[in-house]
Amino acid sequence: MSAVIHSPGQAHAHDHAHAGDHDHGTPHGWRRWLYATNHKDIGTMYLLFSFTMFMVGGVLALAIRAELFQPGLQFVNPQLFNQLTTMHGLIMVFGAIMPAFVGFANWMIPLQIGAADMAFARMNNFSFWLLIPAALMLVGSFFMPGGAPAAGWTLYAPLTLQMGPSMDAGIFAMHIMGASSIMGSINIIVTVLNMRAPGMTLMKMPLFCWTWLITAYLLIAVMPVLAGAITMTLTDRHFGTSFFNPAGGGDPVMYQHIFWFFGHPEVYIMILPAFGIVSAIIPAFSRKRLFGYTSMVYATSSIAILSFMVWAHHMFTTGMPVTGQLFFMYATMLIAVPTGVKVFNWIATMWRGSMSFETPMLFAVGFLFVFTMGGFTGLILAMAPIDIQLQDTYYVVAHFHYVLVAGSLYAMFAGFYYWAPKWTGVMYNETRGKWHFWLSLVFFNVTFFPMHFLGLAGMPRRYADYPMQFADFNMLASIGAFGFGLTQVWFFFFIVLPCMRGKGEPAPQQPWDGAEGLEWEVPSPAPFHTFETPPHLNASATKIILAPAGAH
Amino acid sequence: MKTMKALWRLLNPTAIGQLGVTLGALLATQLAMAVNNLPGGPAVNQLDLHPPVTEIAADQRWLHYFMLWVCTIIFLGVFGVMFYSIFKHRKSKGAKAANFHESTTVEIIWTIVPFVIVILMALPATKVVVAMKDTSAADLTIKTTGMQWKWGYEYLKGEGEGIGFVSTIDAAQREASDSGKPAPVDDYLLKVDNPMVVPVGKKVRIITTATDVIHSFAINSFGIKQDAIPGFVRDTWFTATKIGDYHGQCQELCGKEHAYMPIHVKVVSAAAYTEWVDGKKKAMAALADDPNKVWALPDMIARGEKVYAANCAACHQANGKGGGPIKALDGDPIVLDADHAKQIKVLLNGQNNGAMPSWRQLSDTELAAVATYTKNNWSNKTGQVVQPTEVTAARN
Repeated sequence: MSAVIHSPGQAHAHDHAHAGDHDHGTPHGWRRWLYATNHKDIGTMYLLFSFTMFMVGGVLALAIRAELFQPGLQFVNPQLFNQLTTMHGLIMVFGAIMPAFVGFANWMIPLQIGAADMAFARMNNFSFWLLIPAALMLVGSFFMPGGAPAAGWTLYAPLTLQMGPSMDAGIFAMHIMGASSIMGSINIIVTVLNMRAPGMTLMKMPLFCWTWLITAYLLIAVMPVLAGAITMTLTDRHFGTSFFNPAGGGDPVMYQHIFWFFGHPEVYIMILPAFGIVSAIIPAFSRKRLFGYTSMVYATSSIAILSFMVWAHHMFTTGMPVTGQLFFMYATMLIAVPTGVKVFNWIATMWRGSMSFETPMLFAVGFLFVFTMGGFTGLILAMAPIDIQLQDTYYVVAHFHYVLVAGSLYAMFAGFYYWAPKWTGVMYNETRGKWHFWLSLVFFNVTFFPMHFLGLAGMPRRYADYPMQFADFNMLASIGAFGFGLTQVWFFFFIVLPCMRGKGEPAPQQPWDGAEGLEWEVPSPAPFHTFETPPHLNASATKIILAPAGAH
Repeated sequence: MKTMKALWRLLNPTAIGQLGVTLGALLATQLAMAVNNLPGGPAVNQLDLHPPVTEIAADQRWLHYFMLWVCTIIFLGVFGVMFYSIFKHRKSKGAKAANFHESTTVEIIWTIVPFVIVILMALPATKVVVAMKDTSAADLTIKTTGMQWKWGYEYLKGEGEGIGFVSTIDAAQREASDSGKPAPVDDYLLKVDNPMVVPVGKKVRIITTATDVIHSFAINSFGIKQDAIPGFVRDTWFTATKIGDYHGQCQELCGKEHAYMPIHVKVVSAAAYTEWVDGKKKAMAALADDPNKVWALPDMIARGEKVYAANCAACHQANGKGGGPIKALDGDPIVLDADHAKQIKVLLNGQNNGAMPSWRQLSDTELAAVATYTKNNWSNKTGQVVQPTEVTAARN
């Protein structure tokens, strides 16, 4: 019996009659979405949800940039300003980037490994729908007494102990989002390990599945750590414990250690799936196989393992012993090695290829170029003596926006353009796609490049107002930010929506002549059910060689 | 085609010209404000770290240049190859894809080479880390206490031992910020009432701590940044090599007024320092109140008004109404209570997890004065006088 139509306690005979044979097309109306167990539908919901959160977080970012347009407080008071920076960070990290990658995983992993669906379809539904109350609670905290949490997205104690009731709402929201992520990860791990089509060995799997497999392990390892840290914050706030409250003998720095033990792997959670997407796109548009597949897998795993050993580089200014600073400095710099290997592999893939630059490739190359700049500033920040100058300044803000916006976000745009024909059955408008890329690239750099200078000159982050000498660069950054934001609104209305409405040229099954993989072996748009019986694969597990007998 | 035309209309030279004029005008208004570089603070549109005034800051700057060059060279090398490939190996230029997709030799080389480069980068950095952390053999030790939202400086050891004062942002600048139209002054948001004063060429050890939340004591020109953590002490050090004024700002989010707790260190000659110490000690002696003095109501209110303006008004507001989570003092039952001990307890210990911080660092007279002031201001007309001896009794 299918769960698509049947709902507990609602035993309509009519529904039951159809519930037995799930092959009768797609379920209709709100039930299709609320009771969704189809990985494609859930993937779509994840992507739309994360784009909505991306817009909400973007509005907060623009409010920040409007305030910083010139010195003096024009629009918001400092307390509201802190709420804006905090909520911008929380919403973008937990509401936009993480769910967006889960959306990609839901859509693409079953298609790429030749599985019929995700392993735990109902849990998949639950992990999506948990996000809705969490998001409502998080965003709704703005309307609680005292306003939204204003302790920064890192929620450092003991500032969190001074926050109003919205802090508790924020903590609960993150608990729920964490539970959702853990369920999503379990689903992905089980799907990848157990549901691959015969012949799809692990080392033949597309890299996107590999990077997500590793990411899922990271998520399972660290989300409980975050839950622990914020639960202790909660009991400190209400139940008289003193984990982090110095007034009762607690240690505020302990909070930072626990938070960053979560927080640094979290950084890789937000970038490894991006590596996977780019590793699919660069070979497709170079018309050449990915260079060094095996070393890509090993590099990704090394990055994941190293990510557990570098957390305290976020804390050089808390005052660590010499040995601590040295260890975390060395370990952090070491990450440059596997990351470098990945960049070299991508460039070697392009080398002597036969390249064309449709929008997915533009975003992938843009990713490579701009993300690497963020990588280099990361290496510079890893050096403890330089970090002492730059910690908590705009240099850090520039650095992590280079890796999260030009890294994660660009890769997701690339992934959208690459797979949207498969999702929607129509081609996006190539001219508009190119405009989207070039506008995003220019405005992104106008916004964030000057922040390097601000940081070097010592402008602290999370400041509602700043000395006059910083005025010009701030104004420039604000202009860029509004340009970037408007570009993304335009992207939704003029590129995403037309695709979703089915407007555009019909997409062929294989729109990219260089792309390989099982997702291009099914029609566009991908039918509601795919690979209901395991496909027979060729030696490289990229093609179906024999129509599976008895398919309906 | 239609979209292309629409876009072209958007991009026609007149539109671009207009945009340019608007932007130009905006920048011009900025420039017209005529802000100058602030020596020891930020320069206008500064592109680099501050000119170093300590050996450590000079080392950091060298390291940063070194890293910048190495990274730039690698960047240009790697992306030179990529862009060459992008222009050469295009399908539109008839490029045919080669078939190679792995090479163990190449992969080992480009794993080992970055590894070696990283080690070469780490070596000079290690030396600086060790030097940075060596706070031994200081000539002068100053304890720096971060408070929401001001800095307390206590000279613990060395010349000037016993001096202590609180350093707060210039009130006029704070108001200018709220006005939304601050006048273009060079030290906007960097001016304080009482700068820290230290002698040139002497090793100064800074011990940091905090009373409420984490703050961070940072001065760019000295290359120091040390979090001030409540309940814990940490230290850092500097030896300033040049006389002058040096500015920094709190660098760890510490609540509403985070942007308004600047740091100003005055580096003076040894003689000028001795003179400052003498003056400061005399002033402190003159200011010291006899804790057993019995005060009359009007004197106590007058004294309390100053204490309130300096310490309390940032949160509770000049009108005593507070705002948001900050409690109103006007009409508050604890303030109005005839039992003075209740209010004194809050002043000494704080409440709501430090949202109202402890004010133990103020003197008994100051606390008694501010309590008296709040009991007799706005609509609070109790006529009660709180005497310093009451605070003394509650403190112990």
